[in-house]
Amino acid sequence: MAYSEQVREAFRAELEGIREKGLYKEERLIHSPQSADIRVEYPEGAEVREVINLCSNNYLGLSSHPEVIRAAHEGLDARGYGMSSVRFICGTQDIHRKLEHALSEFLDTEDTILFPSCMDANAGVFEAILGPEDVMISDRLVHASIIDGIRLCKAMHDTYKHANMKHLEQKLEEHQDKRLRMIITDGVFSMDGDLAPLDEIVALAQKYDAMVFVDDSHASGFIGKTGRGTPEHFGVMGKIDIITTTLGKGLGGASGGCVAGRQEIVDLCRQRARPYLFSNSVAPPIISASLKVLEILSATTERRDRLEENARFWRQGLSEAGFVIKAGDSPIVPIMLFNAKLAQDFARDLYEQGIYVTGFFFPVVPAGQARIRTQLSADHDIPMLESALVKFKAIGDKHGILGLDKKAIIAKFGL
Amino acid sequence: MAEEMKDLIIDYIRNEYLDEEDDDMELDESTPLITSGIVDSFSMVSLKRFLEKKYSISIPDEEATPDAFNSVTSIMTLVQRHLG
Repeated sequence: MAYSEQVREAFRAELEGIREKGLYKEERLIHSPQSADIRVEYPEGAEVREVINLCSNNYLGLSSHPEVIRAAHEGLDARGYGMSSVRFICGTQDIHRKLEHALSEFLDTEDTILFPSCMDANAGVFEAILGPEDVMISDRLVHASIIDGIRLCKAMHDTYKHANMKHLEQKLEEHQDKRLRMIITDGVFSMDGDLAPLDEIVALAQKYDAMVFVDDSHASGFIGKTGRGTPEHFGVMGKIDIITTTLGKGLGGASGGCVAGRQEIVDLCRQRARPYLFSNSVAPPIISASLKVLEILSATTERRDRLEENARFWRQGLSEAGFVIKAGDSPIVPIMLFNAKLAQDFARDLYEQGIYVTGFFFPVVPAGQARIRTQLSADHDIPMLESALVKFKAIGDKHGILGLDKKAIIAKFGL
Repeated sequence: MAEEMKDLIIDYIRNEYLDEEDDDMELDESTPLITSGIVDSFSMVSLKRFLEKKYSISIPDEEATPDAFNSVTSIMTLVQRHLG
């Protein structure tokens, strides 16, 4: 079939449908390196503005760190630009294995296998190790990439209410007849900023003979006293069977992800995980820079400490100003607005004031739980956050929501 | 029979998908389940398994659509068709 007018019209109608639902995503052009303050052109063709960035995953401020950039240059000079191969043909350099060892040490796991992204790690890992006689029991708010991975796997699937240990226990009891059970959760939930109770999850896993899988993408490098992630925070390092994480957020922000965990699981991924087998090796400059990131984070906790301080200041400032925020122990701080249009208007008004944030609403978050998600970085400083707070308060005041609780906001704006 | 089935399904949905804070949420046979976000299409599978076990039926995957699971009434229609 040719690409006829009829085909073109069908696709256009779908795009129009996305627009009508208010779900059409547009990119904003950034004219500077990733940072706490950036230069943005939006919409395309508009004047470039300086804005404070409160929506990146650059938690540790390493995306444009001079030492990381230097290490990437060195990797480029010493090992070249690309590998032109998947890992198992001729795409594995000494530094790929070196990074896998460094990640295993950092995360306290038996071994690690790199993937082109954590999306790929999550898409490939379940199918590689589980079969029809097994069951995957996942938190209802896990990341979309985990949902994709679960869909690709032939094992039975069940879910438990978000972070609800009573419900998880009920499900574990129900599935005692399966060969293997795997509990699947995010470490830090990206839309809510709360942490999965890994200490309780590990205890249940031991009681009901289950494995534990944690996606720690929004935690690696900064959650836990030395930034080893949610297992460190909950005192269960070494007890998590699979940790997937990304090099694309706190750990440098470029790309690449991994499955870290039990030896046999990593070995099976090397034999069977399709995104590993059929996609190119992570490029040498990224490997070299990631090694530097782990070196920086192992030498000092200064960055994660500053991030923790920034997050505390930000949460406290927003609460005192009278916003409804989601409680948590992470640098993801959602400001709850409940109404989708209000969330969109709020984000737009903030952008006009030089604050870059994004509004999220159904189906990205559950219906009636629209919000502005803010994310802190070690690159922010207190004066910058103070200035952002002034602007948040001004826009909050404009919409008359300061001091209102959930019920009052919903009464005023509807769902 | 129909009334009993309706109550049983509503009870299951409350326990399986709603939190304690949702206790005051109205839920009847016509409440949209999937389009309202009460049941996400990914978690729907436990409801399907519950119905299959409870009524000793087998619902083919191609019939377990978000449309068929969007209200207690449509779920009952689906179950009754398989009860024959």
